[in-house]
Amino acid sequence: MLVKNLTKVSQLLINSKSQIRHASAFKFAPDTAPAELGETTKMNLCQSVTNAMDISLSQDKSAVVFGEDVAFGGVFRCTVGLRDKYGKDRVFNTPLAEQGIAAFGIGLAAAGATAIAEIQFADYIFPAFDQIVNEAAKFRYRSGNLFDCGKLTIRTPTGAVGHGALYHSQSVEAFFAHSPGLKVVVPRSPIQTKGLLLSSIRDPNPVIFFEPKILYRQAVENVPVKDYEIPLGKAEVLMEGSDVTIVSWGTQVHVVKEVANIVKEKLNISCEVIDLRTIVPWDYETVCNSVSKTGRLIISHEANVTMGFGAEIAAFVQKECFLNLEAPVERVAGYDIPSIPHVYEAFFMPDKWKCIEAVKRVVNF
Amino acid sequence: MNFASVFDVPCIFFCRNNGYAISTSVKDQYRGDGVAARGPAYGIVTIRVDGNDLFAVYNATKAARQIAVKESRPVLIEAMTYRLGHHSTSDDSTAYRSIDEMNSWEKEDNPIKRLRKYMENKGWWDSQRDEKAHADAQKHVMDCFHNAEQKKRARPQSMFDDIYDKLPNHLVRQRQEMVDHVKMYKKEYPLDLYEKAF
Repeated sequence: MLVKNLTKVSQLLINSKSQIRHASAFKFAPDTAPAELGETTKMNLCQSVTNAMDISLSQDKSAVVFGEDVAFGGVFRCTVGLRDKYGKDRVFNTPLAEQGIAAFGIGLAAAGATAIAEIQFADYIFPAFDQIVNEAAKFRYRSGNLFDCGKLTIRTPTGAVGHGALYHSQSVEAFFAHSPGLKVVVPRSPIQTKGLLLSSIRDPNPVIFFEPKILYRQAVENVPVKDYEIPLGKAEVLMEGSDVTIVSWGTQVHVVKEVANIVKEKLNISCEVIDLRTIVPWDYETVCNSVSKTGRLIISHEANVTMGFGAEIAAFVQKECFLNLEAPVERVAGYDIPSIPHVYEAFFMPDKWKCIEAVKRVVNF
Repeated sequence: MNFASVFDVPCIFFCRNNGYAISTSVKDQYRGDGVAARGPAYGIVTIRVDGNDLFAVYNATKAARQIAVKESRPVLIEAMTYRLGHHSTSDDSTAYRSIDEMNSWEKEDNPIKRLRKYMENKGWWDSQRDEKAHADAQKHVMDCFHNAEQKKRARPQSMFDDIYDKLPNHLVRQRQEMVDHVKMYKKEYPLDLYEKAF
């Protein structure tokens, strides 16, 4: 009865106007995997995460996957089937305590195991902040490289979904980028996710791996079946252009790709689109080379603009490329509002219209 | 709890133990004798109660209040119950627990049904009144939904309200940028759902 009523209420919510996402969000355009990676199979981003962990668990006998609700497959279904395949000693639930999850992972990694931890939402990573920033990040440094917890990878879903409101929408990568000793990764697609996650798991440093959760189902690509890595610290030029460089990561990459296409068609402005992929260590070489060529830079991210990672890129680029710049560096990012207020999401987002205006501003400066 | 205990705070900690945190049952959550066992460890007087028994919960809470107020100290109540519903509208709890388990709690130890039986035995309640109460409640909820849907949302600028007591300059600037931008792209934003923005 209660279950039935709940279903009714959820149906009602779905039908009600308040739940309809505004259409301006983004379009996912799938990539084609390099031919040399061989056979592919259709996967969404969620399945590519599962696949990367499956490969890790099968190849590395010390690898374990744990977090809240991961045993039954996870609330986003990223760990489906792994417990059946590898047993409850390698894929297991933890008590509900993010600080404990991070601490447990650090200990496992320090003892030599490959620890793949899940924090259910990036919004809930803050109870683990002390463990991540004060323990994981400094473990190698403070012991003079006697010990490290580099085998720790923390996966966590991030970003806007249209209805996540204040506690299921945040992009918190900049907090961790501010903590030396951690690597920070945000993939844009299933192909990227698999390669970057495998690199993160195998990287000898602790990595925070942010998965844009709106892409879990929406992003579908033909993903190589075999084991492959995409190097950390390397950005990717997705579209070559000559007038404006646009740097982004995660879901926002798809927004700026669309922007590049629109301004090309409507305004004949040629944009170079770069997916940063790794936030720390970030690939300033690729970005600065591009800006030296185009003379203009826009950085776009969902996270709040103040102290978002765009601020670091802007500061760095104005120093390195000062004489090449034709216009001030622009940031198109979330406003400095607790993100993301539910009913205002359409107005909060650094959407394509705001990015198009930024392109016009830097070109007409 | 430790703070309340150390500072002799007259307060009640009420733990509704419904057995689940999304899919994770208490079996994966803790060892030892549940939440109640944590109370004495902090020096807190504690009672565990049948959370599906309305009168037991009432009496335990009443006694807890008396102790808290009279003796100026905290009290812990652990009310044992069961989460009959899914965790949320995006959860399907049949993926991690059996329908038999859910049905048995729903039928055998359901706080609403237990109270209803008691009230029917007393002659205070019957199926006719029950049906009417259900229908009334449903209508009330649907009316609320309907009324809420008719209402315009607050104007987009109000997303900048209440971040601080007064809006700092950088946010005044961002708000103005947002307004200027939306004015330029009126058609691309769902302005009709909101109170007049400008």
